[in-house]
Amino acid sequence: MNITYIILIPIIPFIVFLLLGIFNQKIKPAVSGYVGVFGLLASAMLSFYAAYQYFFVNGKVDGVYQTFTEKTVWMHFTDTLHIDMGILVDPISVMMLVVVSVVSLMVHIYSRGYMKGDEGYTKFFAFLGLFTFSMYGLVLATNLFQIYIFWELVGVSSYLLIGYYYTKTSAIAAAKKAFIVTRFADFGFLIGIMIIGFYTGTFDFETLNNPEGSAILNWAATSFMGLSVITWALLFIFIGGAGKSAMFPLHIWLPDAMEGPTPVSALIHAATMVVAGVFLVARLFPMFYFVEDGFALNIVAYVGAFSALFAAVIAITQTDIKRVLAFSTMSQLGYMMLGLGVSGYEGHEGVGYMASMFHLFTHAMFKALLFLGAGSVIHAVHSNYLKDMGSLRKYMPITNITFLIAALAIAGVPPLAGFWSKDEILVAAFEHNKLIYYVGVFVAGLTAFYMFRLYFGIFWGKDRTYDHKPKESPLSMTFPLLVLAVLSVVGGLIPFSEFVTADKVGFEAHLNYPLAAIATTVGIIGIGLAWIFYKKENNLSDRYAKAFGPLYKWASDKFYFDEIYMFITKKILFKRVSAPIAKFDRKVVDGTMNGIGNKTVLISQKIKGVQSGKVQDYAFVFVAGVVVIALVFIYLWSN
Amino acid sequence: MDFSSFLLMRHEIILLAVILLLVVAEVSISSNKKSSVVHLAIFLFGIHTIAGFFKPDYGSLFGGMFHTNALIHFFKNVLNIGVLILLLQSADWIEEKIIQQQRGTEFFMLLFSSLLGMYFMISAGDFLMFYLGLELSMLPVAALAAYETTKRISSESGIKLILSAALASGVTLFGVSMLYATSGSIYFADIVEAISSDNLTILGFVLFFAGLGFKISLVPFHLWTADVYEGAPISIASYLSVISKGAAVFILMILLFTVLKPLMFIWENMVYILAVITMFIGNLFALRQQNMKRFLAFSSIAQAGFILLGLIPGNALGTATVVYFVLIYVFSNLAAFGVVQAISLHTGKEQMKDYEGLYRTNPNLSLVMMLALFSLAGIPPVAGFFGKFFLFTAAASKGYYLLVFLAVVNVTISLYYYLLVVRAMFLRQSETAIPYFKSKIYMKLGLLITALGILVLGLYSPLYDFIHELSNSIF
Repeated sequence: MNITYIILIPIIPFIVFLLLGIFNQKIKPAVSGYVGVFGLLASAMLSFYAAYQYFFVNGKVDGVYQTFTEKTVWMHFTDTLHIDMGILVDPISVMMLVVVSVVSLMVHIYSRGYMKGDEGYTKFFAFLGLFTFSMYGLVLATNLFQIYIFWELVGVSSYLLIGYYYTKTSAIAAAKKAFIVTRFADFGFLIGIMIIGFYTGTFDFETLNNPEGSAILNWAATSFMGLSVITWALLFIFIGGAGKSAMFPLHIWLPDAMEGPTPVSALIHAATMVVAGVFLVARLFPMFYFVEDGFALNIVAYVGAFSALFAAVIAITQTDIKRVLAFSTMSQLGYMMLGLGVSGYEGHEGVGYMASMFHLFTHAMFKALLFLGAGSVIHAVHSNYLKDMGSLRKYMPITNITFLIAALAIAGVPPLAGFWSKDEILVAAFEHNKLIYYVGVFVAGLTAFYMFRLYFGIFWGKDRTYDHKPKESPLSMTFPLLVLAVLSVVGGLIPFSEFVTADKVGFEAHLNYPLAAIATTVGIIGIGLAWIFYKKENNLSDRYAKAFGPLYKWASDKFYFDEIYMFITKKILFKRVSAPIAKFDRKVVDGTMNGIGNKTVLISQKIKGVQSGKVQDYAFVFVAGVVVIALVFIYLWSN
Repeated sequence: MDFSSFLLMRHEIILLAVILLLVVAEVSISSNKKSSVVHLAIFLFGIHTIAGFFKPDYGSLFGGMFHTNALIHFFKNVLNIGVLILLLQSADWIEEKIIQQQRGTEFFMLLFSSLLGMYFMISAGDFLMFYLGLELSMLPVAALAAYETTKRISSESGIKLILSAALASGVTLFGVSMLYATSGSIYFADIVEAISSDNLTILGFVLFFAGLGFKISLVPFHLWTADVYEGAPISIASYLSVISKGAAVFILMILLFTVLKPLMFIWENMVYILAVITMFIGNLFALRQQNMKRFLAFSSIAQAGFILLGLIPGNALGTATVVYFVLIYVFSNLAAFGVVQAISLHTGKEQMKDYEGLYRTNPNLSLVMMLALFSLAGIPPVAGFFGKFFLFTAAASKGYYLLVFLAVVNVTISLYYYLLVVRAMFLRQSETAIPYFKSKIYMKLGLLITALGILVLGLYSPLYDFIHELSNSIF
């Protein structure tokens, strides 16, 4: 299969970024919007073509999807250990190409309406281009180091876009927070990469992931503190993944990241960048699964399950609609992680892997839709808070319907997209780990509840009048909503298990009726409770909130995790550790360095006389130098 | 020997043809149209540069006096590219200052003759050819250094260069004669078999080394450098510090790695010591310079010290790192000299404090200068970082960790003075900042090529692999 043209997919957005970035001031906003949209359209078309070619025409040999790579050596260390640059085409990278393309294209179109009249319009599209380029590069990476480079690039783009409203202090703080927290996690990732490089001698995914290869077979060769070093490496790598995917306890940046423009939240902090962590685990899945009987994978499962539950509880109490969606994202990412965590490898055993990727796909569609819908609402009422909303269904029919579809999808109501993927995750959990299964079902109920709390709160609830009558958003914004709504309805009907599986052999997935019935019932109960609480204005919710007392307060304050981190950094790290070190640095290190520096200048002043400007002096030094060197060498080394 | 084997000397023959064509042009172009000589010379040299890239033949001529191989051929191309950039950068200066004095064509002829000498020097198969090349490459430059006859300092520079060069080549020749006395031959191929490590050989080797050390400006053979650079026209200072030094490093490396390989246990210590002294002295002097030309002179002395690190391993790895570093150094240093040239041409200013506030008035020039200085200092991700990185790995691969440590200390010192210039340009404000000016197309092109080179060469890794592959051809 010829894959060379795929290199164009990331390059086009990069060119868009360069064009818009360099000619920022010279391009009219109207033009820059079109440049962005059409550039991405080209990339998206190529992605769809690549997906079609791969999945339906010539990706499969003897029923197994092949991995195609094209790469050149970029930096050479040893014969096996080198850093390559290239592209890798396999089921998950092609699937991710489609996801990134669809969502990014929709967000580009949407932003033309949403960002209209903004000062940095061109800059915004330039950043979107940079992000899309980095994300494509990340999913196509052939080795750990390349993925790390693009991993950091998406981090930078995310930083730039969260802090897009750079005159707002809260936006700057949020951007810094996101960057610092994910950087910390990435440090873990880097350590993991280095361990892998040192002990397996390669960064290459194909070599690492080969179940018969030395990297996996020799995992037990070296151990450290009772675990294989490879397991340690995988855990460190997972820290990187957990940082990007906002897993507990590295989740604190995601809610704050909502300070960015809403299309950015939809693209980066819901559909694409935050799934990079899930993608990373999936990318290294054979290693996670085979090394030390899946010890690291178990950790992934529990972290995922806990994050899913933790975030869902917080989501119930939030009043900023974007933050509700942010916690919902975190919760769903936890779902994907736990799906991977409870997966096997071969055939139907690998249903968790398949389901996780499936959920990644469907979630991208309906979560982007939810965010873009929320953006449409915010655009209309100029507020992020539920208290400023209500009965908007009368004013914004399209947003209302599409948001409802997305909410039903995420709540797992059949036959919408979320139902199918979530059901498969629960099947996998049921077969492998009952505890995680129960958590999953409970979270499904919570999801349905908080999502419809949001929906009713925005579009139903109190009958109210607005000072400025809210209007339905323009076509450039509603069109992406409609497209994503259609995808949220039909996305689940894709027979995913035929295309994306852990061992790359398709299998037929069946609906497990009893489990599906349980999950659906739980979901509908959640919706029903939300109906009772929030459909009409009443004080039921306040009474319950009061009844839960401190528990409600904790949840609504996000279990004080921000405060805990603050305490640790400010009171302990800064005061007890950093301050003494800083003092040492100023007094001792700087003192020494300044001393050396001053001495250097002094010496330089003293020896200035040698350079007298007289050519006879120069000749003297020359000859003297020759003589001295000759004497020294003859004396020392002649035999 | 059939006639076609002369094509081994392709570079030399074409360049000679270019020189002769220029003689004809000098005679036939009427004196009020002399500025077209500049275009002609650049055009012809451009063709010569391109011709160098066609598939080469390798072999030897004149009973082994002249030989060429893949690496030598590649290095001649590097020198060509460097000279071409240099011509682009100096075109305006020649047109404005030199043509009026009716001495434009001679400038090119002298410059090309010197380059021709370098070709012969690096292709030499015996000491005679080597010495002829060495002299041919140096004498025209002395004339060029004194080319600005209206300036006293330029004549001084020419005199200093010719006197020092005469001393150095005398010493070299003395050394060569001792090597001949002990080995009985001037052919490299014979010497390598006959060489031993008796006192006379070592003395001969040290004298010979000193002569090349003079061209590379290694301490203590470096004292001419700053004075000559300061007085000479900038293009000549640039030529001395980039092309001349590059060629000398290259031939030194080849001789050390092949002919003098049996003396490795001596020369590796020598290289070690000279590297340390050169880095430290070059850097310490560079710290205090106010004149940009002197500043770049000492910086190029320090850079020469760094290059020596790559000579230490004495194998293909060392060769590859040295050639790669020189290639990058050509681009970086030419970029720095190019900016100094542009500013000097338009304003006559050459002091560091004149550069204050340059970024506000001439942002593009400042950016090129910044790239050049970053590359010289070795800040990632520009090319210079990779160049230094590979040099250091070469030294470390033989276990010279202390040397690498000392080199890193020197990188730190050099960072300080390179950043002094960057600070002057970007952070300082000045009432008397150099006003905005527009350079002509040649200068722009010359600077653009260097800037692109600095940005791209380091990241384009196949280049290093390519050089590494060529490196085996010298052994």
